[in-house]
Amino acid sequence: MSALDSIAVQAEYETGNVVPLLHEIRHALERLLNGEDGTVIDMRSLPLAPGEEKRIEDALGKGEVHADLDALGPTTILETSYPGVWLITHRNTEGEVIGRFIEVTRFPSILESQPEDIRTGLTALGNRLAEDSA
Amino acid sequence: MRKDQNLGEYLRTQGVSRRGFLKFCSATASLMALPPSAVAQVAEALASARRPSVIWLSFQECTGCTESLTRSHAPTVESLIFDAISLDYHHTLQVASGEGAEEARHAAMEENDGEYLLVVDGSIPLGNPGYSTIAGISNLDMLKDTAKGAAAVIAVGTCAAFGGIPQAFPNPTGAVSVSDIITDKPIINVSGCPPIPVVITGVLAHFLTFGTIPELDHLGRPTAFFGQTIHDRCYRRPFYERGQFAHTFDDEGARKGWCLYELGCKGPTSYNACATVKWNEGTSFPIGSGHGCLGCSEPGFWDHGSFYKPISAGLWGSKETLLGAAAAGAALGIGSAMAARARKNKAIKESEADSS
Repeated sequence: MSALDSIAVQAEYETGNVVPLLHEIRHALERLLNGEDGTVIDMRSLPLAPGEEKRIEDALGKGEVHADLDALGPTTILETSYPGVWLITHRNTEGEVIGRFIEVTRFPSILESQPEDIRTGLTALGNRLAEDSA
Repeated sequence: MRKDQNLGEYLRTQGVSRRGFLKFCSATASLMALPPSAVAQVAEALASARRPSVIWLSFQECTGCTESLTRSHAPTVESLIFDAISLDYHHTLQVASGEGAEEARHAAMEENDGEYLLVVDGSIPLGNPGYSTIAGISNLDMLKDTAKGAAAVIAVGTCAAFGGIPQAFPNPTGAVSVSDIITDKPIINVSGCPPIPVVITGVLAHFLTFGTIPELDHLGRPTAFFGQTIHDRCYRRPFYERGQFAHTFDDEGARKGWCLYELGCKGPTSYNACATVKWNEGTSFPIGSGHGCLGCSEPGFWDHGSFYKPISAGLWGSKETLLGAAAAGAALGIGSAMAARARKNKAIKESEADSS
């Protein structure tokens, strides 16, 4: 425990935005089930009091899927305890958060292999096989 | 990044995958306060973005704006945005000095005539030209000369945007803002003392992405960042609505995180993004640390009365207003004395006439 942790802080902060956000997610899930497009919520755009982001995380919980992405720094992709609700945290190479999103979708698009990367990979594989056979 | 490359090609040469690029675009869209649905549009535009030339002029300033940017955390997004521009002149950061530096400025102006971005921090003195010079050139002459061929001007910081602290009463140097001098170019005011670093890069990213200036408010500020007051987005707003205020910096209300309005917070009249974007890697902002907003992104913030008096008490708080009131009082006094003297003279004349 650091010296700062030993300071008792009385925190009554509450914007009242946590519960409405959960309702927003509920509505987005209903739309998704009805065949409509997914929804992305930028956590940076919300006024949140200290501790409220953690309350949102706790309220959403952890589900079955946890993926790590390593591209321009680490990204964690968590399916929450509510299937279809994903918590995506982008970090830079120094580990600092550069974006945080709640994505309501069947599968986050950031996990999909991209055609440009597939093409590059195909060329690399072809080159390797050519070298092996030479 | 080579000048003939677009950003997409450059990232590819740096080994950045398309997936990494999409992550970059998500963070950039968030940085520009665009909705997440705009990521695809950002990706398409950024992939083909060319490297713009940027000339940065610093006039009457404290270097706080440059410090805000360069001393901020350096997330990949901002680094890439800075890789993606050609910062051809910035006398605080560049290696060249004296005539060599000025040659670099002129070369960038000639090569990119009509297309370069001009960034200015600091106000411009209209008093003695010698108050602030660079390489023997007055700030006024350098601004006029450099703005001629610029596609747009970004006034970074409250000094460049509105005159700022150098313009504070009694404004000894005759300081004015960029828009007081330049009237024939698009000007984006990124105010703040200093501005939030990601707001500066967000504006640069917007220009880089779309090649246009963002939507601006009536003071020339990007509405994406200055569209709402600090108060509108403040997490302490519910306490304001309930009338729960801290009255001193260490009373029970302060400890419970109640609203700082009565301690002078200027959040209700200040437009900026501090409450959502925050400072120091998104850690906090002044109100989060228990101090009211100073309103540093607003014109004349230094002369708007005490930082520690509520807005409602600020009517007679400014020095100019007080001096105005004093002058009015003095004028009233002089007027009264003149009227009394006139009455006295009239009485003397009447008295002399009566006695004759």
